[in-house]
Amino acid sequence: MSEVKYSKEHEWIKLDGDVVTIGITKHATEMLGDIVFAELPEKGSRVEKDGTAGVVESTKAASDVYTPVSGEVVDINQAIVDDPSKINQDPEDSAWFFKLKIKDSSEMDTLMNKDDYDKFAKETSA
Amino acid sequence: METKKTSLYQLHQDCNAKFVEFAGYQMPIQYSEGIVEEHKFTRNHSGIFDVSHMGQLFIYGGEDLIKDLEKIFPLNLKNLKLNHSKYSFLMDKDAGIHDDLIITKTKEGFLIILNAACKDNDFKILKELLKEKYKMVLDENRSLIAIQGPKSSEILNNIINGVKDLNFMSGNWFTFENHQIYITRSGYTGEDGFEISIANDYVVKLTRELINKGSKLIGLGARDTLRLEAGLCLYGHDLDNDKTPVEANLKWAISKERISKGDFIGSDIIIKQLNDGVSKIRVGIKPEGRIIAREKTKIFNQSDVHIGEITSGTFGPSVNGPVAMGYVENEFSKKNTKVFLKIRGKKHPASICSLPFYKKSYVKGVI
Repeated sequence: MSEVKYSKEHEWIKLDGDVVTIGITKHATEMLGDIVFAELPEKGSRVEKDGTAGVVESTKAASDVYTPVSGEVVDINQAIVDDPSKINQDPEDSAWFFKLKIKDSSEMDTLMNKDDYDKFAKETSA
Repeated sequence: METKKTSLYQLHQDCNAKFVEFAGYQMPIQYSEGIVEEHKFTRNHSGIFDVSHMGQLFIYGGEDLIKDLEKIFPLNLKNLKLNHSKYSFLMDKDAGIHDDLIITKTKEGFLIILNAACKDNDFKILKELLKEKYKMVLDENRSLIAIQGPKSSEILNNIINGVKDLNFMSGNWFTFENHQIYITRSGYTGEDGFEISIANDYVVKLTRELINKGSKLIGLGARDTLRLEAGLCLYGHDLDNDKTPVEANLKWAISKERISKGDFIGSDIIIKQLNDGVSKIRVGIKPEGRIIAREKTKIFNQSDVHIGEITSGTFGPSVNGPVAMGYVENEFSKKNTKVFLKIRGKKHPASICSLPFYKKSYVKGVI
């Protein structure tokens, strides 16, 4: 069980062996409002650090979802595509977005821990 | 320029509104429950909308005013009954739409409700067209609230006795706390409801009473999803100076008698388009699946030819799916025509559909 890290684009990322699970933070869902659409990367595709890896849309607007690390998509959460409102209900657990097999876990070093992220989120939304 | 606040600003804040700047005003986009819940609450119960940013233009005059306004609006205003309302447009000479509006005949003249972003320009245009012959007041001392949804008639009638007897698109003066308020049965949600013009000093009190009786404040976010499901146009998106009422598929709002006579601003183009047809027309568009097509999304036919553009698109909470409208070349405007929407580089299938997306069954639901 490893520590959860956070990106400035409001993704959370959890490392387990050489696989990471990525989703968006509760703070992100609060800013977005009701999420009504989610698009995820294709299983088997490669995503690059800080690149686009999906889209979420609220009733108001579309927002890109970025990946904070590079890797191969080994799993996606179809449940949030079928019912995007799950993302608002449980963003930091069951409503994860995708899992990546990573090569270089040092890409996670520059990401924030929970305290730093909470501070960052508070400052940027003020 | 500093953004303006409506008289209900403090109440919005007290109700945890998130604000957005709209047409120079700080307006509530949503409250704590969020757009989807607010939308559904309006459809099932009753929602209050602060639309005080919209223009309330009072023009005072009699027979001459009617004649002069008929040179501007494609309506038979002479035969319009006292306290009855019509949907109409302020057009340029090419029938391009400056604004869409509701005009009501009052004892003193006419009341015209204008879009917030257009009201100052409309005022200027109308003042010039009417050659300053009539007293015109774009009243900033009055607020405008709408109460919409199946419970609204009962709730409002509890406070202002008699409103439930108003017919759709008609209004009257009523009394609230010994103060005169003007109420019309109308709205922008596809629901039964009312719009209330009331002095700024009284609007908070009335709104609080409506909330106490079970209605809730609803933000502009849900107002947009509600009107789009109801197939209603939003000025600046679905309507603008590059589109005519015929292209906007709003010819029902143009008086047949006035068309036969012409002689209103833009009538040459309107008559020509009604006779010869138009090259582009507004349609409803239903994307397949859950993908949302936003404004400016390009529309293609099955042979990959660009045939139009989305002007409004969102997720419809009552339809439980994406809804959109836009303009397509006339030959592709038939219901069920298959089209493709280019979203984030990929083409997604959709079909042309009739409007509205959501139609009230008028069967009273169990609350």
